[in-house]
Amino acid sequence: MKVFMLGWEFPPFISGGLGTACHGLTKSLSNLGIKITFVLPKPIETSHSTHVEMLTPAHYRPDQIGEEFIETTGELKNIRFHTIQSPLHPYTTPEEYQKRLEEIIQQKKLLSVESRQVFDQWLKKEFEGGHVEPAGHYGGDMYSEVHRYAAAAVRLALQQPDFDVVHAHDWMTYPAGIAVATVTGKPLVVHVHSTEFDRSGEHVNQMIYDIERRGMHAASKVIAVSYLTRNIILTRYGVLGEKVEVIYNGVEHEENNRLSAQQVGIRSDEKIVLFLGRITMQKGPEYFLMAARKVLEEIENVKFVMAGTGDMMHRIIEMAAQMGIGHKVLFTGFLRGDDVNKVYQMADLYVMPSVSEPFGIAPLEALNHDVPVLISKQSGVAEVLTHVLKVDFWDIQEMANKIVAVLKYPPLQMTLREHGNFEVRKLKWSGAAARCVQVYQDLVPAMK
Amino acid sequence: MPSVCFYFQVHQPFRLRHYTVFDSADTYFDEFKNASICRKVANKCYLPTNRLLLKMIQRYEGRFKCSFSVTGVVLEQFQKYCPEVMSTFDALAETGCVEFIGETYFHSLSFLYSRGEFTEQIDQHTDLIGRLWGQKPRVFRNTELIYNNQLAETIESMGRFDAIITEGADRILGHRNSNFLYRPPNCQRVRLLLKNYALSDDIAFRFSNRGWEEWPLDAPKFSRWIDQVNGCGHMVNLFMDYETFGEHQWEDTGIFDFMYHLPEHVLRHPDNNFKTPSEIIDSYPVMDTIDVPHVISWADTERDLSAWLGNAMQSNALHELYKIEKLVKQTQNAAIIEDWKKLQTSDHFYYMCTKYFSDGDVHKYFNPYDSPYDSYINFMNVLSNLRLRCREALTEQNVAEQAS
Repeated sequence: MKVFMLGWEFPPFISGGLGTACHGLTKSLSNLGIKITFVLPKPIETSHSTHVEMLTPAHYRPDQIGEEFIETTGELKNIRFHTIQSPLHPYTTPEEYQKRLEEIIQQKKLLSVESRQVFDQWLKKEFEGGHVEPAGHYGGDMYSEVHRYAAAAVRLALQQPDFDVVHAHDWMTYPAGIAVATVTGKPLVVHVHSTEFDRSGEHVNQMIYDIERRGMHAASKVIAVSYLTRNIILTRYGVLGEKVEVIYNGVEHEENNRLSAQQVGIRSDEKIVLFLGRITMQKGPEYFLMAARKVLEEIENVKFVMAGTGDMMHRIIEMAAQMGIGHKVLFTGFLRGDDVNKVYQMADLYVMPSVSEPFGIAPLEALNHDVPVLISKQSGVAEVLTHVLKVDFWDIQEMANKIVAVLKYPPLQMTLREHGNFEVRKLKWSGAAARCVQVYQDLVPAMK
Repeated sequence: MPSVCFYFQVHQPFRLRHYTVFDSADTYFDEFKNASICRKVANKCYLPTNRLLLKMIQRYEGRFKCSFSVTGVVLEQFQKYCPEVMSTFDALAETGCVEFIGETYFHSLSFLYSRGEFTEQIDQHTDLIGRLWGQKPRVFRNTELIYNNQLAETIESMGRFDAIITEGADRILGHRNSNFLYRPPNCQRVRLLLKNYALSDDIAFRFSNRGWEEWPLDAPKFSRWIDQVNGCGHMVNLFMDYETFGEHQWEDTGIFDFMYHLPEHVLRHPDNNFKTPSEIIDSYPVMDTIDVPHVISWADTERDLSAWLGNAMQSNALHELYKIEKLVKQTQNAAIIEDWKKLQTSDHFYYMCTKYFSDGDVHKYFNPYDSPYDSYINFMNVLSNLRLRCREALTEQNVAEQAS
């Protein structure tokens, strides 16, 4: 079984859960003997690779502008990476995108003649000479960039057409998925890690919604990361229920976390409550702050750490100051690698107050680090975790009540930690990968 | 000649209301929820089953008998929320075919934490049963049939009980069976009535289970199983939650019909009869001594304390609760003491059980909370407030004493 997989990001260059999910899933698929060609819109800098062992770019051909082909060994031995130089970035807005694009245009011209031809052909066929500006012109909007990525992906697919299934992760890759599936006649699986309704609430970007809808309807099978997401796909995108499969994410289990237990003993008596995620509307950072203020009415020796960046960062910093709790809230910026481990080791409680969270891998990572977890009921991960505290994101009073309880009653923290860590061990990527293989096999019955 | 001995456990806790760390009111219990649950169960179980038993006692002219253990906290709720249940119990008491068993008024785990509190609650319960139905319990059962040798000694030393009811757990019986009377070591007066868990659970748990090979269970079949005890036992102790009838086993499972026709088939064999626990101990000799050094109970398959003391939250909550006993009693404040006692009801700790929590089984069914963690948080918040009230009451006392 060979899979042509389209993604946005991959560790160590990640800005959110999608990269983590792609890494965990592909690793486990690879262990099951599935061969994967993984196409990325961002270059991977091998010098920064940590847990992913990669060889140096083997075939870097200047004529294929911005594309790198990377062979890997070790735990990802069945995966080949292709990257396409592109400013596509998973968690971005069209405005931000515009800025990034201009920067890149400064540096180099973007599209090869060859790929522009393939793409234009496909574009004509797909959109009947419709409303889209040909990508080569570079109208400079995210929409055409998404289609330029699609064109490059089609070209790659045509070079190596020996795969069985196309698997596309989230909206930016759906047009590429549709294109590759159309050109090659292979079945398309779209994997919904998040929808426009999760990211933007009711103020959806129509263009993104249309791309998502088209992807879901063009796909032979849709994989949702939770029943919460499945419901959105059914009700908001009008996809038939029998086409949508729920496959929960997993978490990778790292050893050597025990160190943290010892460090707990030598720490000062100040408690730490952690928010780790993008500081953006979807993640509910303002609810975290409002709960923090309530907690501080009850408990003095506690600090609230907000790890991450995002479009609401400045507003949240100001908000903390206005509330008069600025000295109790620390902002660390975006953390990766060892810094993430460190912040988990310091934390007494991890809070995910998400307004809408299709799944939410971060709580699993927190549990993996022996940190008790408080999550919003509006998260997909709440469907799979029982040994955690749950609260409606808008219920500040109850959120604060539970935070105080964890800080005030040590047996609660202890029991949550013990049972939670045990429970999270059952949520493995290998299970998710096996379910994916089942989905592939149903679509490609001849293959075994 | 087996005597069938029915004992039904009747209990409802005073459930707590949602109580956050920011609350400061001294009302801890959810009046509305408790009232509605009490009325719901009364309509499904207590009323129809009490009426059924009355009908049976009349029909079989006193040859059908049974016994009840009704906790003080559920009686308070009957009086408050559905007094018609009280009148049906009154009618049952008047037949003379119903025996009431003694227990801790608050259905508490006090035996494990405070012997003083334990005997105090038994006395309180005994007084209530005497006041209501003119009976003085001769037989004792501890909360959830929690039992060991020490409990027997404590009960023996109270000097008014002749027997204790507990679980016929395999590990205390060994090669023996539960169908005889036994005696605890170091006790002269007190005897042991052991639950026949196989036959009890056939009614209480398996009755409506379509996956069970004996389903459907009817009165002739069950009475044949009772007949089989002939020659290897004096009695069959069928001990179960009263909510089995109509609540755990719904009316449409046929549980009421089963019960109504059971005596007819049991009594068809001339050697069979129905006896109350007191009649059993007056009729049969003690066969052997049963040594129970470790605590047993009737809960789950483990038949131990793990449903109430299985995790750190449960032991912490219980420990903190009994730690303030002295403080509470020093206040001599009736409302504070009453609240403290109501917090002792074992259900509060059962809700905190994390055993099987992920599997969503019977523990969940009885749990008003979404999770054991929520129940612990709620309980601890209430307890914090109670502790505060104690301190305030004592400060006031001191001020008053100094002024006088």
